[in-house]
Amino acid sequence: MAGDLTRPVLEQLKGTPLFAVTVTLISYQLGVTLQRLCRGISLMNPVLVAILLIGGTLRLTGTSYDAYLAAAQPIAFLLGPATVALAVPIIHNLERLRGMWIAIVLAVALGSLVAAVSGIGLVEFFGGSREIAMSMAPKAATTPIAIAVAQSLDGIPSLTAVLAITSGILAAVSLKFLLGLARIKGWRPLGLAAGTAGSGIGAAHALSLHGTAGAFAGVAVALNGLITSLLVPLLVHFWPK
Amino acid sequence: MVMALLVLLGCQLIGEILHRAFSVPLPGPVIGMVLLTLLLLRNPSAVPESLAGGARLLLQNLGLFFVPAGVGIVANWDLIRQQWLPICTGLIGSTVLSLLATAFVIHCLAPRTPLAREQSASPKD
Repeated sequence: MAGDLTRPVLEQLKGTPLFAVTVTLISYQLGVTLQRLCRGISLMNPVLVAILLIGGTLRLTGTSYDAYLAAAQPIAFLLGPATVALAVPIIHNLERLRGMWIAIVLAVALGSLVAAVSGIGLVEFFGGSREIAMSMAPKAATTPIAIAVAQSLDGIPSLTAVLAITSGILAAVSLKFLLGLARIKGWRPLGLAAGTAGSGIGAAHALSLHGTAGAFAGVAVALNGLITSLLVPLLVHFWPK
Repeated sequence: MVMALLVLLGCQLIGEILHRAFSVPLPGPVIGMVLLTLLLLRNPSAVPESLAGGARLLLQNLGLFFVPAGVGIVANWDLIRQQWLPICTGLIGSTVLSLLATAFVIHCLAPRTPLAREQSASPKD
């Protein structure tokens, strides 16, 4: 009896912003709580946990991704002003950025180039289609730039979005381990690497660790976006088909 | 809060206009970030508290705003399953390599002297 009643109510609610936003907030909050409970286990990234929980919920309720994405716009919209807000930690850490602009530009440019070349190269080496390679090429850039570049290269924009976000999660969870392995210390390389290889999610992680790391990550996100949108189309143009 | 949102959205809107009108090859929000940095650069020690507070609120939850796009993995599931090997190797390989390349270059090129304050706050592990 109760089931008869809940089904039509769920049908009516599942496409609404109220439902999508609430499900997103619950999933993310669970991710944050899990991360706190499992301190030290980097794999418990709140973005990753939220994506898995929401994916499961969409399956269970038979909601399409497009319907969810349209209804979750109130949350997705805030990505814009949040990106602009990265200017504030950059300004607050200006003293620490001063005098090393050339080093920063060189480091981000090399990171961006390495990401694109190894991304295309590895996909092709392991037999992936050109479509996949073109979706992979710009994925180190912040998601909106990556999508725009993928579109211009005839990649699959929604796949690029997923790759950019997964790459951000990967960078966030492996950051400390990899830098420890390479014996590179300090917040500046950590922030710059997080922002270059992991764009926004990497930057969010760097910011949660330390203000200086966040500032370097913010600068890296902006620079990498610029460099990727200029460099990757050029690289693909000269890449052997 | 209203002032903070107004400043942030205003910069984004101007960025969006520059992106569309002059085909600047960066998305609106990133141009907006550069604009706001330049605006605040005139007096870096006097960021209005309302703006700093609003920015902090948004940045504390930056990861949340990526979640809706990330759920797109559901929509691409079949493609990912068919070509999982090139996708996974390309993704992991390029992320690790670019992370290390960036950290290595800045580690080698950056001056080490003015770091006394930063070192004390460095990660211990």
